[in-house]
Amino acid sequence: MTTRHEASDGSTIEPGDVVVLHVQGLEELIASLIDAGFDTRGPSVRNGAIVPGALHGVTDLPKGVHDVQAPGRYRLEHSDDGQLFGWAVGPGSWKAEFFPPSQELWRASPAGDSMVFTEPAPDQRRLAIIGARPCEVAALSVLDRVLANGEHRDPRYVERRDANFVVVVECGRPGATCFCSSMGTGPGIDAGFDVALTEVDDSDGHRFVARPGTQRGADFLSRVTHEESTDRDRGARVAVLERAGVQMGRRLDTEGLASLLARNVEHPHWDEVAERCLSCANCTLVCPTCFCSDVRDTTDLAGDFHRRRTWSSCFDLDHSYLHGGPVRASVSSRYRQWMTHKLSTWWDQFDTSGCVGCGRCVTWCPVGIDITEEVRAIATSDGASRRDVPSVKGAP
Amino acid sequence: MTGDAAPATSVALAMAPRGPRHAMTPVVHRVFAVRHETIDVTTISLEPVTGPRLTFRPGQFNMLSAFGVGESAISVSSAPRDAGPLRHTVRDVGPVTHALCESSVGDLIGVRGPFGSDWQVPGRGERDVVDASDTVVVAGGIGLAPLRGAVDELVARYGEGGGRVFVFVGAREPSQVVFHRDLELWKRSGARVEVTVDRGSPGWSGHVGLVTSLLSSSEFDPSNAKALICGPEIMIRFTARALVDQGVAAGRILVSLERNMQCGLGWCGHCQLGPFLLCRDGPVVAYAGMVSVLLTERER
Amino acid sequence: MTRSIAQMLEAHPLFADLPDDAADLVAGCARNVAFEAGAKLIVEGDAADTFYLVRRGRVAIEVHVPGRGPVVLETVGAGAIVGWSWLVPPYRWTFDARAIEPVGAIAIDGACLRAKAQAEPAFGFALLTRISVELLARLQATRMRLLDLYGVRRDR
Ligand SMILES: Cc1cc2nc3c(=O)[nH]c(=O)nc-3n(C[C@H](O)[C@H](O)[C@H](O)COP(=O)(O)OP(=O)(O)OC[C@H]3O[C@@H](n4cnc5c(N)ncnc54)[C@H](O)[C@@H]3O)c2cc1C
Ligand code: SF4
Ligand code: SF4
Ligand code: FES
Repeated sequence: MTTRHEASDGSTIEPGDVVVLHVQGLEELIASLIDAGFDTRGPSVRNGAIVPGALHGVTDLPKGVHDVQAPGRYRLEHSDDGQLFGWAVGPGSWKAEFFPPSQELWRASPAGDSMVFTEPAPDQRRLAIIGARPCEVAALSVLDRVLANGEHRDPRYVERRDANFVVVVECGRPGATCFCSSMGTGPGIDAGFDVALTEVDDSDGHRFVARPGTQRGADFLSRVTHEESTDRDRGARVAVLERAGVQMGRRLDTEGLASLLARNVEHPHWDEVAERCLSCANCTLVCPTCFCSDVRDTTDLAGDFHRRRTWSSCFDLDHSYLHGGPVRASVSSRYRQWMTHKLSTWWDQFDTSGCVGCGRCVTWCPVGIDITEEVRAIATSDGASRRDVPSVKGAP
Repeated sequence: MTGDAAPATSVALAMAPRGPRHAMTPVVHRVFAVRHETIDVTTISLEPVTGPRLTFRPGQFNMLSAFGVGESAISVSSAPRDAGPLRHTVRDVGPVTHALCESSVGDLIGVRGPFGSDWQVPGRGERDVVDASDTVVVAGGIGLAPLRGAVDELVARYGEGGGRVFVFVGAREPSQVVFHRDLELWKRSGARVEVTVDRGSPGWSGHVGLVTSLLSSSEFDPSNAKALICGPEIMIRFTARALVDQGVAAGRILVSLERNMQCGLGWCGHCQLGPFLLCRDGPVVAYAGMVSVLLTERER
Repeated sequence: MTRSIAQMLEAHPLFADLPDDAADLVAGCARNVAFEAGAKLIVEGDAADTFYLVRRGRVAIEVHVPGRGPVVLETVGAGAIVGWSWLVPPYRWTFDARAIEPVGAIAIDGACLRAKAQAEPAFGFALLTRISVELLARLQATRMRLLDLYGVRRDR
């Protein structure tokens, strides 16, 4: 026997509790976030892919939509199962909501004998992201280390993240290019969210096992129709995650990985990858943790000055430009920069991996270069380097 | 989880009270004086339009904005003990540096900084953290700019019990040697100053040759010396190696490195060199260990 | 106290720590010399018979270019070797060497030293090895200068 709580009956849920929502409870959760003033965003199908978009209710969710992913390939399939979260990450990541692809930093007008600066007004928007996957929440915390937790904090980023409400949905249907279980970022999640849901569809029916991660998340859950969870519900969640772990399309051996790459900077394999790599920068643009940006100044017709910040990529020739030319002129050295940054030097710089195993770079690479395969190629010929480099500080 | 994913409402993210300015917004300075050092190198002295002067340590840099053109990383070339305005010495190599070199007295320049690590030379009344009797300063070309403040501080310490100072400067040709006045002043204060050029010119009676060739015949004590090096990266590499071969401990050699920089804040990713974000972990780094290897690693 | 030629040789990096018998061999070919500022140690085109080990003062290696006068290629100071052409045929100087300041040097008769090196191959090999160290350093420095390190590439 389970106890059903209506939206209004005032029962309270604490962080650490596990409850069950049905589709109606999810609908109420979205509605109550909207009522509370949140701008609710979640998965939406656009241009044949699942990407973050506006979300006003359950009917906006990609019901019965599944993705088929492979290196260099992504396709959606529609089924009549009622699954709302039966897909893995698409090309758009939540990064763009917090760290926009292009943003004005300030404008300045000459005034008298000085200059008046106008910075964009603080972002008033309170964003609730619904249906973020565990790897994406992990990616946001990686970005936090760069833009919010260092010596210099980006106030625009910090204010967006501060106001942010996170409803994460654990993964029951990882993609063929996913390897979050290798990176310790999924398919389940224990922290970094306000509410975590696990979509379960078994003989007991279609439902969501819900766990509040914060007091605020617990408060919202208390207000929506839910049931207390049974052992069967909790067991069903574990089964979903176990199955996901088995279905995970790819693996990456992270044992000693940072130092493996650090000591193989002169490995001949970088040149082999370069023969395939188009240096198109797709991998860095879809990556939820890549943070590189260009800063550009312009003058408008009125004589005001503007400064913008725009996403950039270490695959751009200009990324490493010093007067005279780029430091990394070859594709081989740019690919090496990308991969060693993600998996090795990120540890030195930010004390974490720069890769969360979301698989986007594998799926969205036009020629299907697979980071897990390239690591394996280097690992199996470790030492083929022309020279060795002492292992870096802070690497695991 | 990767690392310790912060909860969505993490305290670490708690928003700072909206400060006076975004770290990307410069402080407006006025050009107070302009001095043409060579045909393409100009020193500009800056005073804030309002508010106090920036404090900095020798070796640190600022991001200077030529409004409407762009921003560049430029080292502070004055010394903290100068009471005067903030000086920057700029070589005209492209749009931003050109605009900076062309500025005239009264023009407005944006300043963000200071950023990065410094030469660790003790300031007035401070103790020397790297204990060495001799300081060997090797500069190539415009590389003397970030070192000028450091040498000023070191030379000033003669009277305060500081060690000996040896300054070696390499330049392409005599007309491109910067800071003639300072070189003379340092010499008069007791520093050993040697300048060498790649190509002599009529009237030049000084050294002609590579800057490293000055090191072996100098009388500093390698076993009790520390070294500060700045210049083109290849020159840094060869100079550091020559000093190590001569007996200077690699751990006592500091070098200042350069990479593309667009923020100075650790945000834009352009200044990476292996494990370093040079705007944050540099530009001044210890030559020992990782750096000596990075400098010979092939980024092609 | 005047120093013997052997002591002077010992004080120069080229012959420091040479075994006694070898030092005697070299000393037999060497003498102490001094040049006023401006004096030529070596003249382009002359027979390369005597080379110099600089003890003090600076020497310019230069070449006369019509219309430009003497162009200084390199300056060297105490510890340097001035002149290599005595080592190999046709034993003729390629550049001028001029004292920029008063110079003290050890002059060594190249033919004399070559003869001794030929007669005693072990000594000859040791001598060549020592000479090669400076020769190589000077060659490398010259190559580095070819890079035009401090120049700006304006190709963008
Ligand atoms: C820590 C540091 C200190 C520096 N100190 C000085 C100094 O004291 N005096 C001085 O004259 N120069 C200094 N530089 C070099 C100076 O920053 C560049 O010459 C300048 O950015 C070139 O910009 P530009 O627009 O004139 O030319 P361009 O060559 O057209 O540059 C275009 C863009 O590329 C980047 N860039 C190009 N070259 C460099 C470079 N060498 N370093 C960093 N970014 C570069 C910049 O983002 C620049 O805006 C320093 C560089 C660094 C990293
Ligand atoms: S490197 Fe690839 S797999 Fe890793 S986080 Fe970035 S896009 Fe995802
Ligand atoms: S350097 Fe490359 S891999 Fe690293 S954050 Fe920047 S774009 Fe991404
Ligand atoms: S200059 Fe932007 S991260 Fe260093």
